[in-house]
Amino acid sequence: MTVMRYREALNTALREEMRRDDAVMLMGEDIGVFNGAFKVTAGLLDEFGERRVRDTPISENTIVGMGVGAAMTGLRPVVELMTINFSLLAFDQIVNHAAHIRYMFGGQAKVPLVIRMPQGAGHQLGPTHSHCLEAMFLQVPGLLVAVPSTAADAKGLLKAAIRDDNPVIFIEHEYLYGQRGDVPDGEDHVADFGRAAIRREGGDATVVGISRMALTAEKAAEVLAAEHDVEAEVIDPRTLRPLDLDTILASVRKTNRCVIVEEGWPHGGVGANIAALVQEQAFDDLDAPVARVTGADLPMPYSKPLEQIAFPHEPQVVEAVLATFRDP
Amino acid sequence: MADRVIAAVEGQGDPAPRPLPEPAVAREWLEAMLLIRHFEERAGEMYAKAKIGGFLHLAIGEEATIVGAARAMRDADYLVSTYRSHGHALARGTSPNAVMAELFGRVDGCSRGRGGSMHMFDLERRFMGGYGIVGGNLPLAAGMSLAADYLDTGDATVCTFGDGASNQGTFGETMNLAALWRLPVVFMVTNNQFGMGTSLERHSAVTDLQRKGESFGVPGMRCDGMDVVDTHAVVSDALRVAREERRPTLVEAVTYRFRGHSMADPEEYRTKEQVETWRRRDPIATFGERLVAEGIVNGEDRDELDRRARARVDDAVAFADGSPFPEPTSLYDDVYVLGDQVQGWYSIDERSAGVHRGEDEG
Repeated sequence: MTVMRYREALNTALREEMRRDDAVMLMGEDIGVFNGAFKVTAGLLDEFGERRVRDTPISENTIVGMGVGAAMTGLRPVVELMTINFSLLAFDQIVNHAAHIRYMFGGQAKVPLVIRMPQGAGHQLGPTHSHCLEAMFLQVPGLLVAVPSTAADAKGLLKAAIRDDNPVIFIEHEYLYGQRGDVPDGEDHVADFGRAAIRREGGDATVVGISRMALTAEKAAEVLAAEHDVEAEVIDPRTLRPLDLDTILASVRKTNRCVIVEEGWPHGGVGANIAALVQEQAFDDLDAPVARVTGADLPMPYSKPLEQIAFPHEPQVVEAVLATFRDP
Repeated sequence: MADRVIAAVEGQGDPAPRPLPEPAVAREWLEAMLLIRHFEERAGEMYAKAKIGGFLHLAIGEEATIVGAARAMRDADYLVSTYRSHGHALARGTSPNAVMAELFGRVDGCSRGRGGSMHMFDLERRFMGGYGIVGGNLPLAAGMSLAADYLDTGDATVCTFGDGASNQGTFGETMNLAALWRLPVVFMVTNNQFGMGTSLERHSAVTDLQRKGESFGVPGMRCDGMDVVDTHAVVSDALRVAREERRPTLVEAVTYRFRGHSMADPEEYRTKEQVETWRRRDPIATFGERLVAEGIVNGEDRDELDRRARARVDDAVAFADGSPFPEPTSLYDDVYVLGDQVQGWYSIDERSAGVHRGEDEG
C-alpha cells in the first residue's frame, strides 16, 4: 500500500497502462505541456512523448469523435474532457456513436474508449461549471459509468476501464483530486466494475452515496452513530453501469431503510433510479419510503452561502436517515 | 444558381475529358454504377411496397461520386459515409443481398437489422459506416486516420459528407485537427446542391465549397461529380497527398441527386427544369455513351452489363425477402462487449427475462 492523492492514483493508472500497452494513448485539452488542468496527466508527456500524449484544440465533440473512430480501428484512447460541463458539447458523439456503434452495426465494431472528466460543485464556479451529470450518462445503454470516490478506486477502476472493450464514462470529482488514501501497489490492482464497496457496516439504515457523496455519507454515518445511536451501512456503488444492485438489496433487507445521496439534480437522477429498483425488488423489506438527498433543483448559484446550501452536506443526510425512523 | 455551378464544372480546367482507364476497369466502373442505380430504384419500389421502413435516402444521380472515390481507394483504406450510404457499401464490395436485407430489417442484413438504411456497415471491407447525424461522421473519420497514422499502417481514410454538413461545427473542428496532426484523410464533400430542401446559396455563405477548408489549413480540390473518370483522378490525387505527404485535402464533388432528399420529399424547392438540366448529364448514361464512342463496349455489351446489374438486384430482393427477421431473443445482443466487467446484459427490463443482473450468463 502507498498513501497517495486521488489525482496521483489516476496518474499512476494511466502511466502503468500506457507502459503495458502501446495502443493506449491520451487526448485532451492542456493534458501535455500544461500537465492537465487538474494535474492528473502530469509528467506523462515527458515519459511517453507527443505521439501518445496529445494536446488538442478546444473541440470537445471532435476530440471524443476522434477517440471513437480511433477506438474502432485499433487504439485504446483515453480522452480527457477538462470538466464534465464540457461533455455537453460532445453528447452527439458520446450517445450516437460511442454508445451505439456496436449495436447499430450488428456487433461488428467495438469502441474501447475511456472518457475521463471531473464533476462537482463547491468552488463558486456558478451555473455552467458546477454540474454533476452522472445520471445523464447512466441513462444511455451501451456506456459503462464509473464514479470512483477513493484513491484506490480511482486507480483500480481506471485501469479496468482502459482494459475494457466497452466505452466507459469515467467521472472524477474536483473535490476528490486532493484527497489521500491507501492505494494497493503494482500493476495488478484492477477493480471490478459492478461491485459496490461497503464503506461502513451497520444494521439500522442503508445509505447509498454516489461519487463525492460516498464520503459525505460516511461522515453522516459517524454523526448518526455518535449522536443518535443509529448504525448506518454506507454503500458506494463505485460504478452505476453495471450497478451492483445485489449488495444494495442485501443491505436494505437487513436494515429495512434506504437513503440515497447524490450531488446531481433530483428529477431523473441516480437516486430516482435506485429508489425505483429498490422498491420493485425489496418492497416488503422496507419500513419507510426510500428517501433521497440530492442537489437542489436549480442552476448552481455563484454566491458562497447559496452554493453551499444547494448541494448535500452531512446534516441533510443525517436528517434524512432520522426521518426514516419517524412515523409518516 | 445551379446553372452557374454546371458552368463552373463544365468550364473548369482542360476541356478535353480525362483519358479512360484500361477497358476492363472502365467496364467494371460502369457496372458498379449500374448496380447502384438499379439497386436504388428497386429500393424505392420496395419502400413504396412497405418492405422497407423508416427513412430511405437514394443516391440516384450521385453514382460517379461513389464509384470514382471507392475505386481510387486501396482495399485496406477506410471509407466513411453518411445516411445516404447504400451505394458506398455496394461500391466497397458489400453484397447487394446484405444491403437489401438490411433495408428489409432482416437478420442477414449487413448490420444484422440493427441499423437500417442510414447505418450500413461492413468491417471486413472497411466500409466504416453510414451515419445518421449530419456532420457526425467527420470526427470518426479523423479518428480512423489517427489510428492508421499512430500504428503506421499506411492506410488512408476517405470521408464523404454533403454540402449541408459543411455548416456543422464538426466540419471546422475536424478540418483543423486533421491539418494540425497531418492525418492521412480525404474529406469529400458531395455537393448535390441541397442540404435537404435548402439550396447551397441559401445555406452556405461560401458556395465555392472546395475553399471552405482553406482557413483551417486544408487545401481544396474540385471534381466533376457527374464524371466517374474525373472523380477518380482527383480523389486518387488526394489520396496520394494523404498517404505520401500526410496532409488532408477537401475534395468537392459537384453533383446532383435526381430524386428527392428522402422518399418523403415533394420537391417544392426546385424546378423540374433544373432537374432535367442535370439529368442530361446523367453520370451513367454519359459514361456508357463514352465507352461506346471510344470502342470500349458496344451496345450489346452495355445492355448485358445493365441486365447483369438488374439480375443482381433481383437476387438481392429475393434474398432479403427470404431472410428471417431477427429473433426477439436477440434484442439485447451486442449492446455491450461481454467480458470481465459486463458478464451479461445488465438491465432491469422485463423484455430480457432472466438476463439482467450482470451474472455470468454470457
